[in-house]
Amino acid sequence: MASVELTNVRKVYAGAVEAVKGVDIAIKDGALCVLVGPSGCGKSTLLRMIAGLESITDGTVKIDNKVVNDLGPAERDIAMVFQNYALYPHMKVYDNMAYGLRNRGMPKDQIDKRVREAAATLELTHLLERRPKELSGGQRQRVAMGRAIVRNPKVFLFDEPLSNLDAKLRGQMRVEIKNLQRQLGVTSVYVTHDQLEAMTLADILVVMNAGAVEQIGAPLDIYEKPASTFVASFIGAPPMNLIPVTSDGSGLILKDGTRIGAQGLAVTDKDAIIGFRPEDLEVATGTESHVGGLLLDLKVLGVEPVGAESYVYGIIGGERVVVRVAGRSVSQPDDHLRVIIPKEKLHLFGGNGKRL
Amino acid sequence: MIQNNPISRIVAHIVLIIGILIVAFPIYYAFIASTQSLQDIMRPPLSLLPGGHFWENYTTALFGGIGRIGGVGVGRLLINTTIMALAIAVGKIIISILSAYAIVFFRFPGRMIFFWLIFITLMLPVEVRILPTYKVMVDLGLIDTYTGLTVPLMASATATLLFRQFFMTIPGELVEAARVDGAGPWRFFKDILLPLSKTNIAALFVILFIYGWTQYLWPLLMTNRNDMTTIVIGLRKMISFADADTEWHLVMVTCILAILPPVLVVVLMQRWFVRGLVETEK
Repeated sequence: MASVELTNVRKVYAGAVEAVKGVDIAIKDGALCVLVGPSGCGKSTLLRMIAGLESITDGTVKIDNKVVNDLGPAERDIAMVFQNYALYPHMKVYDNMAYGLRNRGMPKDQIDKRVREAAATLELTHLLERRPKELSGGQRQRVAMGRAIVRNPKVFLFDEPLSNLDAKLRGQMRVEIKNLQRQLGVTSVYVTHDQLEAMTLADILVVMNAGAVEQIGAPLDIYEKPASTFVASFIGAPPMNLIPVTSDGSGLILKDGTRIGAQGLAVTDKDAIIGFRPEDLEVATGTESHVGGLLLDLKVLGVEPVGAESYVYGIIGGERVVVRVAGRSVSQPDDHLRVIIPKEKLHLFGGNGKRL
Repeated sequence: MIQNNPISRIVAHIVLIIGILIVAFPIYYAFIASTQSLQDIMRPPLSLLPGGHFWENYTTALFGGIGRIGGVGVGRLLINTTIMALAIAVGKIIISILSAYAIVFFRFPGRMIFFWLIFITLMLPVEVRILPTYKVMVDLGLIDTYTGLTVPLMASATATLLFRQFFMTIPGELVEAARVDGAGPWRFFKDILLPLSKTNIAALFVILFIYGWTQYLWPLLMTNRNDMTTIVIGLRKMISFADADTEWHLVMVTCILAILPPVLVVVLMQRWFVRGLVETEK
């Protein structure tokens, strides 16, 4: 068990491609940190630098308050779960789990004890004599986890461990990973491109974009207060609606020229973006007050009922938006609705995409 | 492709049987001849049934010594050839698997240069470099030795490339998992790479054993003494241009004996690598 601390970590590949541009993250002992971002944002590179599989161009990586920059992966006392599981195909499940311990010269009886304990935790005991190819995807995933937990490492590293599973199994394994991590209390770093996985698993969420950290925080804090339009559109499904506006000092003007009231909104930038979550729109009945909020016209394009809720697709000021409505929606295509974005639910971003 | 039409099945079987007869008959005929006395062979037509001299011919050939090759028995030739074929096969596999390992899994300066150096030797068959190689062997005093017979044939670009191709299909994550598990380069090679290469090694062994077994030009140059020569060369020496000098019954025995070890290797190893194919998985 240990803390993990990254200070100004950079990775520059030959050819001057800067894959990771100065990242600072501090992960407390026992916390689960999720790195999320689109492909190519440098999250896997960062994880591999923590693992020691990738050299660190600049900055320091500390595990348990010890700089590990120059240590090999085996000496950092970490365990990693890979996307394709990377089980040794010619070894039985038992040997797959025991291999790392044998390489450390642990006595046989102790290895046996640890492997059987880990297998029991993961319900793998009846599979110990099988080879990886005789297992299903979910079972292989468990073996990969088992290989990590028998080592009893300071840090777990997960590199998109669930992306090869089908949706149902992914949901199950997500819960299991979370419980296991809680139960073992091992500091973990988890890489994913799936925002749902990121939201549900993380104690600390790190949203990355183009090699840099966009925002670090608790998942719900990030959901409620995204630091940029990138984070706003990446976290949450369906993503936050973003509508570009211009400000002339007295109010906000939509792209199609509609002027909207903006009492109490301090927009100093000439160009700005207003954002709101699909679930935060209210349909106006005409009587409610909306001081500081925005009253907008929405033209309905279509409705997608998904059971417990419906998604209403429409246009506000020439921009496509999506609205989440509980239960069934009575809207029909071409309906015009007056909708209110309450002030406290309104997100304002500057022309550069940063939160105002 | 597969049809259940009875006529086409009969035709297919006839074609197959004819093919097998064409391939197998000469071998059968050689076997028949190896059980006849020299007189019977010299007086055609040769019977199509085995004669009564099986035991006599085979013991003479194996242990008695054959006049035309200085009284050396075929047993000695078999031992020589086995040593040569085994040494070449094993040596080639060891050298090429190690060099492929270095080229694929290690980053060192000049890696590509070494790769191309190995690759270029593909374009230089033994025959092209045979004179300089022979000169080196003579200078080192390696004529009529097993070292001289085998070492120059060991380096193999083909096998190196084959292993390289196979190693490149091994997922990077597997290598990384092993690193995280604390396996150093040597452990990784021994515990992971070798077991995964089993099938390839078995297949290569068969090919290389036969390659070594059927070498002609190199043993012809490298051996002067009859007791150091290989069975192929021995066979060649046993045949005289004057027909009457040739002990055809013993020549036929030698032919049959020369076929047996490669057949044995193919049969045994085939079972082994088919099992390997079924069991392992990437």
